[in-house]
Amino acid sequence: MPVDLKQKDVMGGHRKDEVLDIDHSPSFFKRGWMNTPVDILPSMHCFACEPARLKVVDFPNPRQWSVMDEDWKLPKDWNKIVMDAFGDRLDRFRTLKLFMDICVRCGACADKCHFFIGSADPKNMPVMRAELIRSVYRRNYTIAGKVFGKLAGARDLTYDVLKEWWYYLYQCSECRRCSVFCPYGIDTADITIIGRELTNLLGLNIDWIAAPVAFCYRTGNHLGIQPHAYKGMLEFFQDELEDVTGVRVEPSYNRKGAEVLFITPSGDVFADPGTFTCMGYMALFHELGIDITWSTYASEGGNFGLFTSHEMMKRLNSKMYLEAKRLGVKWILGGECGHMWRVINQYMATMNYDLTEGTKLETPVSPITGTRFENSSGTKMVHICEFTADLIRHGKLKLDPSRNDNLKVTYHDSCNPARAMGLMEEPRYVINNVCNHFYEMPPTTIREQTFCCGGGSGLNAGEDVELRMRGGLPRANAVRYVHDKYGVNMLSCICAIDRAVFPDLMKYWVPECEVTGVHEMVANAMVLEGEKKRTVDYRGEPLPGMEDAEDV
Amino acid sequence: MHIIISLTVSFLAVFGLVVIAFVGVWGAHLEWLFGVVIPYLAAITFFVGIVYRVIQWGKSPVPFRIPSTCGQQKTLPWIKRSYVDKLDNPFTTGGVVCRMILEVLCFRSLFRNTRLEFGDGKEIKYKSAKWLWLGAMAFHYTFLVVILRHLRFFTEPMPFFVKIIENVDGFFQFFLPTVYQSGLLLGAAVTFLLLRRIIDGKLRYISLPADYFPLFMILGLVTTGVLTRYVFKADVVSIKELTMGLVAFHPVIPEGISVIFYIHLFLVSVFFAYFPFSKLTHMAGVFLSPTRNVSNNTRVVRHINPWNYPVKVHTYEAYEDEFREKMKDAGLPVDKE
Amino acid sequence: MSSIMSLADLLAQKKSPIVKKWCEVVVQTYPEGGQSFLKTKKNQFSNPVGHTIAEGIESIYDELLKGAKSDKIPLSIDNILRVRAVQDFFPSRAVDFVFGLKKVIRKELGKEILKEGISEEWAEFESRIDDLALLSFDVYMQCRQKVFDIRVSAVKNQSHKLLKMAGLAYDLPENYESPDYEGGLKEGQTHLSE
Repeated sequence: MPVDLKQKDVMGGHRKDEVLDIDHSPSFFKRGWMNTPVDILPSMHCFACEPARLKVVDFPNPRQWSVMDEDWKLPKDWNKIVMDAFGDRLDRFRTLKLFMDICVRCGACADKCHFFIGSADPKNMPVMRAELIRSVYRRNYTIAGKVFGKLAGARDLTYDVLKEWWYYLYQCSECRRCSVFCPYGIDTADITIIGRELTNLLGLNIDWIAAPVAFCYRTGNHLGIQPHAYKGMLEFFQDELEDVTGVRVEPSYNRKGAEVLFITPSGDVFADPGTFTCMGYMALFHELGIDITWSTYASEGGNFGLFTSHEMMKRLNSKMYLEAKRLGVKWILGGECGHMWRVINQYMATMNYDLTEGTKLETPVSPITGTRFENSSGTKMVHICEFTADLIRHGKLKLDPSRNDNLKVTYHDSCNPARAMGLMEEPRYVINNVCNHFYEMPPTTIREQTFCCGGGSGLNAGEDVELRMRGGLPRANAVRYVHDKYGVNMLSCICAIDRAVFPDLMKYWVPECEVTGVHEMVANAMVLEGEKKRTVDYRGEPLPGMEDAEDV
Repeated sequence: MHIIISLTVSFLAVFGLVVIAFVGVWGAHLEWLFGVVIPYLAAITFFVGIVYRVIQWGKSPVPFRIPSTCGQQKTLPWIKRSYVDKLDNPFTTGGVVCRMILEVLCFRSLFRNTRLEFGDGKEIKYKSAKWLWLGAMAFHYTFLVVILRHLRFFTEPMPFFVKIIENVDGFFQFFLPTVYQSGLLLGAAVTFLLLRRIIDGKLRYISLPADYFPLFMILGLVTTGVLTRYVFKADVVSIKELTMGLVAFHPVIPEGISVIFYIHLFLVSVFFAYFPFSKLTHMAGVFLSPTRNVSNNTRVVRHINPWNYPVKVHTYEAYEDEFREKMKDAGLPVDKE
Repeated sequence: MSSIMSLADLLAQKKSPIVKKWCEVVVQTYPEGGQSFLKTKKNQFSNPVGHTIAEGIESIYDELLKGAKSDKIPLSIDNILRVRAVQDFFPSRAVDFVFGLKKVIRKELGKEILKEGISEEWAEFESRIDDLALLSFDVYMQCRQKVFDIRVSAVKNQSHKLLKMAGLAYDLPENYESPDYEGGLKEGQTHLSE
């Protein structure tokens, strides 16, 4: 070959040296995984974090480094830092300790990971991802590992092993699909979370996570939108909404004495098609006339701290209760977001309930229907799908589902609401009430078996498109199926990361399908008091039957 | 780890154990060592080891409640929750207990291993990949039966259930002595689990010597057990004398016990001693798994993290200080003018 | 008897082993630990990659045998390459399975295709495979282009939005109407001078 294929920066291709071989050489004689060093490919990872991000949140070892460089500029005692912290985590997390010990490598999880399914890279099997870390555990904490070394599946934490850890820890979207099938409930996501916590001690984060964390800490949201700009965005939506519906909605900000505080991921405020969902929320609150306020300080529902460390998660999450206290609200309403709800359901009260002392927070009661949300009497936070489902159930919304008749809708269960909470029926109830054509994807690809979009846990950066395209293949493949079979043209979801990732995924795999949040469809079907004759939907596209209307 | 090395090492290890027992008893006449000392040591190692393991796990707290939820959460009263939801996403302790029972006794999660398959044409079929589940069930339950059956050597009089098991297990009385199906099934199940590891490329890739070794061990146990009982037609009365002596802490070494029995006993001893230090501890660990053994009720009841510590946060005051002018210009309310 | 058989007949007769081996050629380009998984090709949803390969390869082979220009080939080759374009392959490696078919057939029908009468047919068939290879490269590049487009448009959308938010970008009004003035174009008129 005339080109020098040693340089990897063109694109991937670590199997370049193998010639096309038809005689299937028995793979019995191939090297085992412990002797196959990691081969870091450019399109399969996200860029290294900028030092400034780490300094803002007082994280250790900020520096300029690059993943493709040989030298990651680690601190001198990096090995000791990691191993000390590893020991500390073993003492603090039963999950980690148990999951290091009890895996029998039965292989039930092996083909359940979307990254493995899409890439066939064996180190993307959940069991292998954990084994990368487990091998170091065995070497340091088990007798067999200390005595027999590699024979016992044990190895030292070398520079290469650390790189391998890093590479595959940031190829896990913490979706927990594997944990559903594991006979011992081993949760790779938890191992990844703690593994990433260790890499963060060496300043080895990715910028797509570190930047949102730093921004969220200072500006209140991941995107770094400053308060006046946040208000500006919502004002822009006010105008758009008025154009579409003829109704002027008036949201309020940082308002003390409001009954309810509304918190949603900032992606909804900034990125299409989430923005249409955001307009949906605004229309809904206006129509109900409820006493609700937005906050620019707690202007982020999501929590990239979850992808960084337990401590960072707690630091970012605390804003919700702090702001609830400052504004004196009675309860908090949460928007459509995936990992946000994992944090609220599984971590929030445990971490931050102390902060509710002295607040006016109480068990949430819907001001419209009077329903007491006993299921959130602890956290005082209600999911907007629960809230809306309750409204519809009590007939409090005037809905015209035929406005969504041009849509053939399917619903993607976002990983976290499905497997770390169990919010499955409410969104379906809402969807079935606001549109007439709803089709489920095959049962092994929805609900608790749902496939990740491929961009969860902070992997939806611009530079790793290939990783996402193949990681999202199993999901896209199921969408393709309902598209071919029923003509599905709209993929709905309740997660801001989904709404950011799916449009590109669909462009590549199922170009005929678009993406929406559930509350965009709700608002589109909602008949507002005093609205003008509706001709277009929230995207400015003609409503069914209005294709020839003058306004269009 | 290289498969050939893994297989060789683990096979040789088991073979080595057999040789040690053979040489020890047949050559060196160390019946006391292999019939009394090692079994006692193994039993102590097993019990102390398991207890130690569980205590070690128990010492690490469960800071967060992170059950894998596999069904609808308990929310509004009119949202339907089937029994499956109540088990797979339990809200109450009762639900958790039921979930654990299903998990431990029926391998619920493995059973979930369903797959959608494409039949001829565009027809879709639900075919489940239940082979692993079936193999695992067959393996664990026959192993249990075999162990319970062995209680006849350690009890006098035999508990009623041992008698029942023996009768059921030996239902087909083709031969004398009665052939127990459980032993054969156990052998078949282990062979299946072993072949699966060797044939399936994914499993071959992830398997370690520590995965083959226990399988060879169990195959060794089954083989020596079968040989003892059926081929060498061991002297059951003498063996029981020995085992009862062990139980009564009055060890005796009766005459006339064949070497093959000592080999069997030695393998059993090593197996039990090895147990707490290997992946076999999953037997105890599964009960402690925090993604299965807690309820999903954290929106109602606060779960306490014993090491929850205060963290540095960016307060509203600091936030307003940074953006006050911009906020005022935009007409946003501020706390300090 | 065999002398009467044409290459097409031979290829049809040996379809099953040839397709199987050709699939294996594709699968072998993947990492070793993952190959066995890809071979469980029946699971459309749990194994989309393996399924796509198996289905695509068979359909391409069928169409190649038919000989005439087929619209199914581009679709099948697209299905396979759309997957390979986002996996870790050099471009050459991504499409080289096409040439693999030649080797597979030579191995399977080694002696027969050298026989008189058939060797000419074989040469013709080989050029069909060459055409397929060229097509593959086009399709592969289209898929890569799509990935680049996605990258670029993501950056473009974001930066435009930022400029708009900062009030720096001018947004063209959507329903732009040119102001009416005397002497403007009348309906049907295309040039002012008319």
